[in-house]
Amino acid sequence: MKRRDAPLLFFSAISAGLVGAALLTIVAVVAFESREALPGMEGGASLFDSEWDPYSSNFGMGAMLLASLLLTAGAVVVAVPAALLVAISTNYYLPSVLRGPARRVMELASGIPSVVYGLWGLTVLVPLLSQWQQPGTSLLAGVIALALMIIPTVMLVLDAGFRALPSHHWENALALGIRRGRFVLAVALPAVTRSLTTGVSLGTARALGETMVVLMVTGNLVQIPGSVFEPVRALTANIALEMGYAMDIHRSALYVGGFLLLLLSMTIVVISHWVAGRYRHA
Amino acid sequence: MNTHVEFIGCRGVRMLFLLMAGVVALLFNGILHAEEDQPVRLLATGSSTVAPLMTIMAQRYEKSNPGIRIDVQTGGSSRGVADAYRGVADIGMVSRPLGPREKGLEVQTVALDGVTVIVHRDNPISGLDKEQLVRIYTGKAVEWGEVGGPSGHALVAVSKSAGHSTLALFAAYLGLKPGRLVARAIVGDNQQAIKTVAGNPNAIGYVSIGAARQARDDGEAIRLLPLDGVPATPEAVARGDFPLSRPLNVVYRPPASKAVRDFLVFARDPDQHDLIRSLDFVPAP
Repeated sequence: MKRRDAPLLFFSAISAGLVGAALLTIVAVVAFESREALPGMEGGASLFDSEWDPYSSNFGMGAMLLASLLLTAGAVVVAVPAALLVAISTNYYLPSVLRGPARRVMELASGIPSVVYGLWGLTVLVPLLSQWQQPGTSLLAGVIALALMIIPTVMLVLDAGFRALPSHHWENALALGIRRGRFVLAVALPAVTRSLTTGVSLGTARALGETMVVLMVTGNLVQIPGSVFEPVRALTANIALEMGYAMDIHRSALYVGGFLLLLLSMTIVVISHWVAGRYRHA
Repeated sequence: MNTHVEFIGCRGVRMLFLLMAGVVALLFNGILHAEEDQPVRLLATGSSTVAPLMTIMAQRYEKSNPGIRIDVQTGGSSRGVADAYRGVADIGMVSRPLGPREKGLEVQTVALDGVTVIVHRDNPISGLDKEQLVRIYTGKAVEWGEVGGPSGHALVAVSKSAGHSTLALFAAYLGLKPGRLVARAIVGDNQQAIKTVAGNPNAIGYVSIGAARQARDDGEAIRLLPLDGVPATPEAVARGDFPLSRPLNVVYRPPASKAVRDFLVFARDPDQHDLIRSLDFVPAP
């Protein structure tokens, strides 16, 4: 280690230490506050019950856990192919003059605050859906709004991946007479597997943690949905609706919900690392 | 190549150092100056119905009292009670009477309001009696045809989430427990309820009279239904005719600081009645 590196290393260590300490504090607080409600959970009944009624001390999170998972999975399933299409067309099919504007649009879109998606969802998407199938506020509305929200994020990660590909891939393909479409499917796509994993895990994490959008468009009914047109309540929306006034065991139960979300996020990170590891050659 | 990297590293590190030093200096400055010349800050949290009234009163008060700042946050009446009790907020906004278990707080009623049933503007129904509302909000009636409305239209009942006084009051009026109300959609505050109903011709909801009238006059596609035959107007609330009136209260944990007491004297002064009326509420007698 050169002496000139010392200050930089020093600052890096301090910053990393502070950030790590802050994150650990958050996890510790959530775990600590959950303690009170956990004995009820261990009784077996409460955690995966689907009834949540603070007035009668029922704190079953099963329905909301399912709702969060369905909303996230649905949003990712819709958003990733769409983002892929946009990224591929931007890099391989659009005339070069349009590439810059296309990317700017995506960058702008990725900067839109999520509450704006929520407002749009409440005043445009939900009424539209309600004409198709009542009540409008539904799992489907949540999936659509979340997907639209995460498409720019995923697309930008994929786009960066495509742009990083060495140009000799394309040149060699041209020389061999490989057509554009074939090239994209057989060469470019496998080469960006890493970016794909990153993009998917980023999008998943964002969708999982989203609160305002789901609060405004999903109807907030605690139930296991019979169809995509039925209202649901996500874990995040539940915390937002009730944390302001919840006391004692109710509050603790909300923290348990938060803890569940933390566990889910960590699982996403672990899975994406594992998947990325398997494609190390890419 | 080695020297190139190290050179940038040195300059970068110096800039980082300056940046961090600057941030620390700002923080210290803030801490050192914390006690002097800072405005007195009051925090009011709670009912989303009272919040707009509190906001305009605070604005007028701040104009004539430059040393004071009042911040208003919503979160439901129960939050107002909890925060005032815990000392998290100086003032709790509560749009209902305090319950028997909510002790240790002083209450002052600033204005009167009511809870009205709202439907979409295009909904032709003229009114709903208590028995029909009970059937709607227990899930027994699922179609508008069953309660005197156009048949073939699904009933989409919108309800408030737990912790909001409007829910507690409406449930009490219907003779039901708040947790037993059945709805197709649950919302957080008056505005979300209004927008949800305005976006769906089959929807029905219940909100503050003041908020509903303001939204309707602003062009939102809603109609206010009479309750027990009494139209949902501030005049009916003032006369005492309206069956679902409620006080708009401010609560605090005694002893109140001078700043809080002065503001509350201001809020209850008849000079401020114009503000109350401007939001379609009724000044407290």
